[in-house]
Amino acid sequence: MKYTFDFASLQEYWPEFLRGALMTLEMTAIATVLGMVIGVLCAIGRRGKRPWLAALCGAYVEVVRNTPYLIQIFFIFFGLASAGLKLPIFAAAILTMVFNVGAYTAEIVRAGMDTIHPGQIEAAEALGLSVPQIYWDVILRPALERVYPSLTGQFVLMMLSSSVTSQISAEELTGVANSVQSESFRSFETFIVVAVLYFLMAMLLKFAFFLVGQAMFPRRRRLGTPL
Amino acid sequence: MSAVVKLHDIHKSFGAIEVLKGVSFEIDRGEVVAIIGRSGSGKSTALRCINRLETIQSGTLEVCGHRLDQPTLDLRALRQDVGMVFQSYNLFPHLTVEQNITLAPRRVKRLPNSQARALAQESLERVGLAEKIDCYPEQLSGGQQQRVAIARSLAMQPKVMLFDEVTSALDPQLTGEVLRVMETLAQGGMTMAVVTHEMTFARRVADRVIFMHQGRVWETGPGEMLENPQTPELQAFLSNGL
Ligand SMILES: Nc1ncnc2c1ncn2[C@@H]1O[C@H](COP(=O)(O)OP(=O)(O)OP(=O)(O)O)[C@@H](O)[C@H]1O
Ligand SMILES: [Mg+2]
Repeated sequence: MKYTFDFASLQEYWPEFLRGALMTLEMTAIATVLGMVIGVLCAIGRRGKRPWLAALCGAYVEVVRNTPYLIQIFFIFFGLASAGLKLPIFAAAILTMVFNVGAYTAEIVRAGMDTIHPGQIEAAEALGLSVPQIYWDVILRPALERVYPSLTGQFVLMMLSSSVTSQISAEELTGVANSVQSESFRSFETFIVVAVLYFLMAMLLKFAFFLVGQAMFPRRRRLGTPL
Repeated sequence: MSAVVKLHDIHKSFGAIEVLKGVSFEIDRGEVVAIIGRSGSGKSTALRCINRLETIQSGTLEVCGHRLDQPTLDLRALRQDVGMVFQSYNLFPHLTVEQNITLAPRRVKRLPNSQARALAQESLERVGLAEKIDCYPEQLSGGQQQRVAIARSLAMQPKVMLFDEVTSALDPQLTGEVLRVMETLAQGGMTMAVVTHEMTFARRVADRVIFMHQGRVWETGPGEMLENPQTPELQAFLSNGL
């Protein structure tokens, strides 16, 4: 069997690929920020003193981590639709990503918070800091510094698995690839191009996280040692 | 002399175990009290009740005018009046020495960032570590970390300072540098409650020594009491412990 590659016929689709890639990046950026917020709040909720809230956050994390992402997407998309809530596809896709990544983030952040020695919190209490101040300055910042590699890895993974949102016809990179290959009949080439683009985006994302880490964790930048 | 710390008949249990069984003592303004006793006798617990790291079950407890046994207690105000230094330093590892010292003044007292460095400098000078202002805790020796922890507490200008075995994690020569800082503080008129195993420090620096035994104040007196213990328990403690 012999296959002749023909990338030239994909040239006209460049703007499409680019649009798809940009949408993937856009979805990733928004979902990273919102997922971070949900994850942190959920991790705090699970540690908190209100049992019902801890149980709720725990249930959310377990449900998300023990069901397939694709099923979650359908569940949210069609579930909302049948409840009469018609979200634009872009928003629905982001919602599923946030819903999914929020749970994984919560687990990672919680693991980070568990590494904070109780003595740290007592010292902060003894200094008169309030609970929110303690959470921010004494628990969250060092916790995030410790789990930053796993956290960023999780968000890169989220970017890659966002391709599944093409199933609800989100026009992100994989969605674009699907239409391009059915129009051009060059499936193999199309998916090679898409794989390369995903790889480059993953590298880009990692570099962005590296820069953010440099800005957020000055101790790490200066000493280069893990906390 | 007015007492700034007053414990009266304090009872404290962890679950079914009663750890403080009616503890009473007072600390006057400017007084240095050393609290000694066997492991498990309730020294730390008593100290931690004073700044409400532990809550009490019964008794009256007043610190710098704050009634800790009343529901109206303003916890933040109490914590600003009482500083505490721990055995394990508990410096914040992700912050520089300056940030460690100024975190609470900035957050709690709204100290402007422009004045933060000067405050850190001034507090560090009191513990003889001004040159370490930009270090991170892991770059310091144990003794230096503990002195920074003292400076961090001082920066809040507390009226009373609590020390819980602050030299127990240090080897002898580092112990000395921390004890000297505490002695200077004592001479400067700071009101201090010091849980310690350093009998020489207790004898030399403390105005009064409290010997706790099985959750009670067993014997109390001036530093010389350690040369002439009245109860067999203190006698036994002193002869085993040293
Ligand atoms: N958080 C807690 N939960 C349950 N029991 C506790 C707790 N803290 C202290 N205890 C118990 O209370 C008793 C008194 O403890 P405390 O720490 O006050 O003793 P201590 O005199 O400071 O001893 P050491 O010299 O070892 O520090 C001990 O039996 C200890 O096991
Ligand atoms: Mg103790």
